[in-house]
Amino acid sequence: MTNNHEYTIALAGNPNTGKSTLFNVLTGLRQHTGNWPGKTVVHAEGFFTYKDEQYRIIDLPGTYSLYSNSADEEVARDFIIFAKPDVTLVVLDATALERNLNLALQVLEMTDRVIVCLNLMDEAKKKGIIIDIAKLSKKLGVPVVPISARNKEGIDELLETIARMVHGEIQTKPTKISYSRTIEEKIAKLLPLVKEVIGDEYPARWIALRLLDGDTSLLHALQSQPHHLLKGGAHYGCHCSAKSI
Amino acid sequence: MDATVPPNPFDELLKEAQHLSGDDTREQIVSAIFQTSQAICKETVTYTKQEKLHETEKLDRIFTSKIWGFPIMLAMLAVVIYITIAGANVPSSLLAEFFGWLEGYITLAFEKMHAPEWLYGILVLGLYRGTTWVVSVMLPPMAIFFPIFALLENYGYLPRVAFNMDRLFKKSGAHGKQSLTMAMGFGCNAAAIMSTRIIESPRERMLAILTNNFVPCNGRWPTLILLASLFMAAGYTGGWKTLMTASVVVAMVVFGIVVTLTVSWVLSKTALRGVPTHYTLELPPYRRPKIWDTIVRSTLDKSVYVLKRAVTVAAPAGVLTWVLANIHIGDTTVLAYIAHLLDPFARQLGLDGYILMAFILGLPANEIVLPILLMGYLSTGALTEVDGLRSLKQIFIDHGWTWLTALNMMLFSLLHYPCGTTLINIYKETKSKKWTFVAFALPTGIAIAVTFTTAHIAQWLRFI
Amino acid sequence: MTQVKLERLCDAQPGERFRITKINIEGTMKRRLLDLGFVPGCEVTVLQKSPLGDPTAYRVSHTTIALRNEESSNIYGERIRDDKQS
Repeated sequence: MTNNHEYTIALAGNPNTGKSTLFNVLTGLRQHTGNWPGKTVVHAEGFFTYKDEQYRIIDLPGTYSLYSNSADEEVARDFIIFAKPDVTLVVLDATALERNLNLALQVLEMTDRVIVCLNLMDEAKKKGIIIDIAKLSKKLGVPVVPISARNKEGIDELLETIARMVHGEIQTKPTKISYSRTIEEKIAKLLPLVKEVIGDEYPARWIALRLLDGDTSLLHALQSQPHHLLKGGAHYGCHCSAKSI
Repeated sequence: MDATVPPNPFDELLKEAQHLSGDDTREQIVSAIFQTSQAICKETVTYTKQEKLHETEKLDRIFTSKIWGFPIMLAMLAVVIYITIAGANVPSSLLAEFFGWLEGYITLAFEKMHAPEWLYGILVLGLYRGTTWVVSVMLPPMAIFFPIFALLENYGYLPRVAFNMDRLFKKSGAHGKQSLTMAMGFGCNAAAIMSTRIIESPRERMLAILTNNFVPCNGRWPTLILLASLFMAAGYTGGWKTLMTASVVVAMVVFGIVVTLTVSWVLSKTALRGVPTHYTLELPPYRRPKIWDTIVRSTLDKSVYVLKRAVTVAAPAGVLTWVLANIHIGDTTVLAYIAHLLDPFARQLGLDGYILMAFILGLPANEIVLPILLMGYLSTGALTEVDGLRSLKQIFIDHGWTWLTALNMMLFSLLHYPCGTTLINIYKETKSKKWTFVAFALPTGIAIAVTFTTAHIAQWLRFI
Repeated sequence: MTQVKLERLCDAQPGERFRITKINIEGTMKRRLLDLGFVPGCEVTVLQKSPLGDPTAYRVSHTTIALRNEESSNIYGERIRDDKQS
């Protein structure tokens, strides 16, 4: 009966993590690219079906962080915050987990509907890198699925985890980063004002942090959002032109 | 007006945040995140093979070494071009034969239907021959070149090229990532224009856009390769001939890179003044690519797309050329008339009127330049199937070609204005008529200047 | 902040390790460096220079990042000299 509904999945990750490989594996030929509205950033979108349900997957630009250093990062950030995808899949390179986790931790501050996808497990194995998946999942507070996108390994488990998350069968408890005392004090001071102005549609703590960091572009983005209309988010930024490489 | 508006809550919020924020907020935030991920990794990740961890670094010591870095880069380029030339030969002629065979039946069908002569001319001799020429000339090299390139890309070699060449680009005031967009241009300049988006600074992006044309794209490879093998590698046979051809083409590419750097340097000292933006470049680990997947994906993404657009411009261009070659003014055709007009100027560039006209009519797509030229020479009014390279060379020689003509045509092809699709993309990306015009005029001016110089130096030195 | 005489990252030689204490760069570039792991307190290994002498590749949190001299000369810290084999 939910056949008409389409779930939205955002694919985030560092460059060179095999994010696009995973995108291709999941969508096959059901994909098209265009531009994000008003930006010269490539917008890639694809579709797939799992257990008779429709999924739309957005391949966000590969970025090292979501702190709006570039148009790419703003696009990725805005999509996660404003379009509120049903699941944000963070693709990490298992061979460089430390650097890659930064992005995952940033996403976890923004939303709790996150699945961490540990890609390039085959490479990690070759290099003798052993990762305690269960422990990592516990530490992060969200599901962690090891895969090797190019060998098409772990895809079934990933799809199953996605399906369970969109159906609300997975409770997550994203880890919170504790900042230095001065930062935490500033967050505490700013938080009431953020809640008053923005409401609780968006993660207040994260917004407070971004504002403390001087991220004015976020505030502009917030200001120009037609709130409440975005809830479903199904059609955010989807002016896809014909294929243009 | 503004004074009467009540204070915007957003502005209030911003003001409060700015008031609280300190100088090193960002540093503290990022440090906290890094410490968290370090702590998590410490508890969850174990490294069992220390020696395996740094394999990429060992490879980098070769690929980006002082001694081997540049030779390996040149060798890679030569190998890619060699494989493309050697591999494309047979399938190209097979395709041409197939289309010729098919044309026989199409002709029969037209005769059966008693189709009028002009319809047969436009549809078969113009449209069909123009399109199939482009397909048989372009498809095989593309089907080889794009996958090899994608394999190198997926292996992780391209960032090393950027790493090796960075200093040259910095010196010329351009962005280090320009080498990546240039690499893209080897496949298709139109696609490369889109890829310049990876360069964030508008000034350097413009440099990358304006100079991208100086790397030969897929539509120009056939011209370069054919002329090189006919005139530059004439004295060689077999594998040596291919090798010689590849070396001449590599030399052309290197010359294109030199022009790119020089033009970037001049522009960044004049119209696009500024200092190169700082940048960081990640050198990802080398990874053995999935060969089959890479080939399929690059064929779907690139080859089919480029071919589609080539066919869509080649088809109308084939029709137009046929029409021009079959409308008579007095006792000459329009085609011959235009060529005659252009001839004096073209001679100054070491070319002739037909060559220049072919370049002009070939504006929509570089790959139709050669077929238009042949059509002009043979004045049969339709694209011809030329049986074998030998007769092809004879046609050129009969029209007064020397190695200098070939060289000048190669240079003009390498340096002249971008094709129509590329110009449209440049306009779309820059949103500026002025810069699109510059992107047209600048290379054209350079192409004219360079061919003029070579032609006159050669004459002066009495090489010819 | 610190009274100790700090060294510049660009002066560290290939093979050496370096602990960052201060980044004297402003704006986006600083943010980018921080995102990549050039964070005060972190350790960086100098891998090698480009064939033309600049940029230089560094190993930082298990990844390889190349920086130009303009950046690395504004990153301060201390060389770690204990073991040169790594």
